[in-house]
Amino acid sequence: MVDELGHVRPHYSDFKARFESLPPTEIVRRKHSADRSLMSSGITFNVYKGDSREEHIFPFDIIPRIIPPSDWGVIEKGLQQRIHAINLFLDDIYNDQKILKDKIIPRELIESSPGFLKQCMGLHPPKDVWIHITGTDLIRHSDGKYYVLEDNLRCPSGVSYVLTNREIMKRTFPEVFEKLSVRLVSDYPLRLRSMLREMSDEDWPNIAVLTPGIFNSAYFEHSFLAQQMGVELVEGRDLIVLDGRVKMKTTRGLRNVDVIYRRIDDNFLDPKAFREDSMLGVPGLFEVYKKGKVVLANAPGTGVADDKIIYAYVPQMIRYYLGEDSILENVKTYVCEDKKDLQYVLDNMAQLVVKEANNAGGYGMLIGSTASQAEIEDFKNRVQSNPRNYLAQPIISLSRVPTLTGENVEGRHVDLRPFILYGKDIYVMPGGLTRVALKKGSLVVNSSQGGGSKDTWVPGD
Amino acid sequence: MLSRVGEAIFWMSRYIERAENYARIMGVNLNLTLDLPPGLTQQWEPIIRITGDEEDYEKRYTDFNRDNVVKFMTFDPENPNSILSCLQAARENARSVRENISTEMWEHLNEFYLHVKEIYLSNQWPFIDHIEFYNSIRKNAHTFAGITSNTLSHSDGYRFVVLGRYLERADKTTRILDVKYFLLLPGLNYIGSQLDLLQWGALLKSVSALEMYNKKYMTINNVNIVEFLLLDRDFPRTVFFCLNRANRELGKVSGADQTGMTMNLPQKLLGRLESEISYRDSQEIINNGLHEYLDHIQTRLNEIGVALHDTFFDLRTNQ
Repeated sequence: MVDELGHVRPHYSDFKARFESLPPTEIVRRKHSADRSLMSSGITFNVYKGDSREEHIFPFDIIPRIIPPSDWGVIEKGLQQRIHAINLFLDDIYNDQKILKDKIIPRELIESSPGFLKQCMGLHPPKDVWIHITGTDLIRHSDGKYYVLEDNLRCPSGVSYVLTNREIMKRTFPEVFEKLSVRLVSDYPLRLRSMLREMSDEDWPNIAVLTPGIFNSAYFEHSFLAQQMGVELVEGRDLIVLDGRVKMKTTRGLRNVDVIYRRIDDNFLDPKAFREDSMLGVPGLFEVYKKGKVVLANAPGTGVADDKIIYAYVPQMIRYYLGEDSILENVKTYVCEDKKDLQYVLDNMAQLVVKEANNAGGYGMLIGSTASQAEIEDFKNRVQSNPRNYLAQPIISLSRVPTLTGENVEGRHVDLRPFILYGKDIYVMPGGLTRVALKKGSLVVNSSQGGGSKDTWVPGD
Repeated sequence: MLSRVGEAIFWMSRYIERAENYARIMGVNLNLTLDLPPGLTQQWEPIIRITGDEEDYEKRYTDFNRDNVVKFMTFDPENPNSILSCLQAARENARSVRENISTEMWEHLNEFYLHVKEIYLSNQWPFIDHIEFYNSIRKNAHTFAGITSNTLSHSDGYRFVVLGRYLERADKTTRILDVKYFLLLPGLNYIGSQLDLLQWGALLKSVSALEMYNKKYMTINNVNIVEFLLLDRDFPRTVFFCLNRANRELGKVSGADQTGMTMNLPQKLLGRLESEISYRDSQEIINNGLHEYLDHIQTRLNEIGVALHDTFFDLRTNQ
């Protein structure tokens, strides 16, 4: 709430005034009641320890993260531009491959990407939309600008937390909430449903959310979104392919399914087209999809653009397809496949974050500044033996925002994941999931590693 | 409605009804112990006999004392039918179909389960009022039924809730009635004695039927009680009432409102049982052996359960 010079940042002043008018016991009480409410509504994720499954609530901080409208305007435009370009890129890469022929992106990088699916060559998804739902990770740097850290173009999760966090905050600080006229996020499920409906040629398509099942760590979200949209939540075993259509098994017989919002990875979608050992998918689904008889959101194959190496080329894509400069910049990225970059990474590892190209959740990475000499040596070997699989970025001081720790308020590092829907237009949810590293000094915001979340407020103009 | 979802909702409902009925079964004896004249020993074995789980019980417990029976029926995680296990199973079923039930239903069931689990884990059991505890199970189950009726659309999902509830309840009412078969009297001359009446009274109380029974009959005796709990058309826990309501819901989920429909197998079996019972006479049932007749009903109910599964939940496709 306070900047380096001790001045209250103006967009936090209303909140701070209200917060400080409350006695500490009341703050603690409100925090407890927020936690109880999460527990009793069963908003939990699963943590597996050996054979046993434990339910945890996603730690929640009751101090909102407030983003001033002027900053938000830039984020919104920047994301629209970026998603537009990436969608054009996917359409190109699976069809004409102009961007490869014009040597903007090296062909080897695409063909060696595990997210690149040969089965999708020549594919034209309905309405030419590939990435219906995106959750882009942004960070705010010490220069005050927002940078894109990752594009999550496959099955980004977290939006259910945005919506439930908001409901809890409305009860926790109703006074400030009203005063700031915080912009709405609760219409997201209906916007999602409209977008899915727009993808089908049917007037009233049958829409379903496809989940791997109750043991998936994001199951709560799958169920929540299906419920909020009023559509069926299906598992692979509820669906079959018959007479060229995808059908679901109901108590009154088989019914057609027109649109599937799938929360299963590409490789598991259809054992006939992708991984044969998939028990989660629907045999024959991809064939029906290619014939245009069912919509899949997101389209299969989008993972190629979500590769952390391909990410480095998004600014070039924006220039190539749209003839524009990027509104939101990438974090400076060294691609180890490139000889010059590789040398730099090896020489400067202690000042870098090194990541595997295809790993998520904060796993498979090295933070040079806190790593031991042995860990650095180990990573150097790994990078040299498989440079394609690694990239490095400068260690960025994620911005810190005020966070409740016991009765005190201290700064903690955060990132931001807004959600974007690509239908007739590109809609950017005002706000998004703010993930916070609850451990003092920690830079890792992933829920599997001690991260929590906050509600994100974008005040109206 | 998805077959998988229909099945989960059906079982969610059955498990809650089962938990409620186990609380009621425990209530038979807790009511008795309060009213029992001094000098008579409490009998806990009948409770286990009627559940049909005595084999499982005898594997893990040596005798039928109060603590063991309470533990087995209430908290034993290895007994799949203990109240705690039932609530856990109900909750897991609900969790797998959360998007198909109302948020209010889910939250209530979740809190219901957490309430029982908390008592189990807290070691508070010796210090709390047990009758109050079993009452709280009943109240929570009633609240759940009320929330369901008032927040869930009365379409197929709701019908499976009602179907599951009444099938389970019909079975459990026969079992509660069967307690009396196992409850021993000190001698033949005790039939019709005060102790005999006490046992019947406790049984009626445990199914919340004592007051309604007394409005209809002037005396407590076995013929009237059998008539009331099996054949009465108005009291919502009698076997006839349960079968009748279950049959009604089954007709709706089967699409019996459409003309030209032939009955499916579960409809035939359920309708057959309902009409068979409705033409029975209570004196005749007792003469032929009440325990045997209750057994017969339970077997028929199991067959209906299997037929429901095959017809609605396990859709075979020609692939």
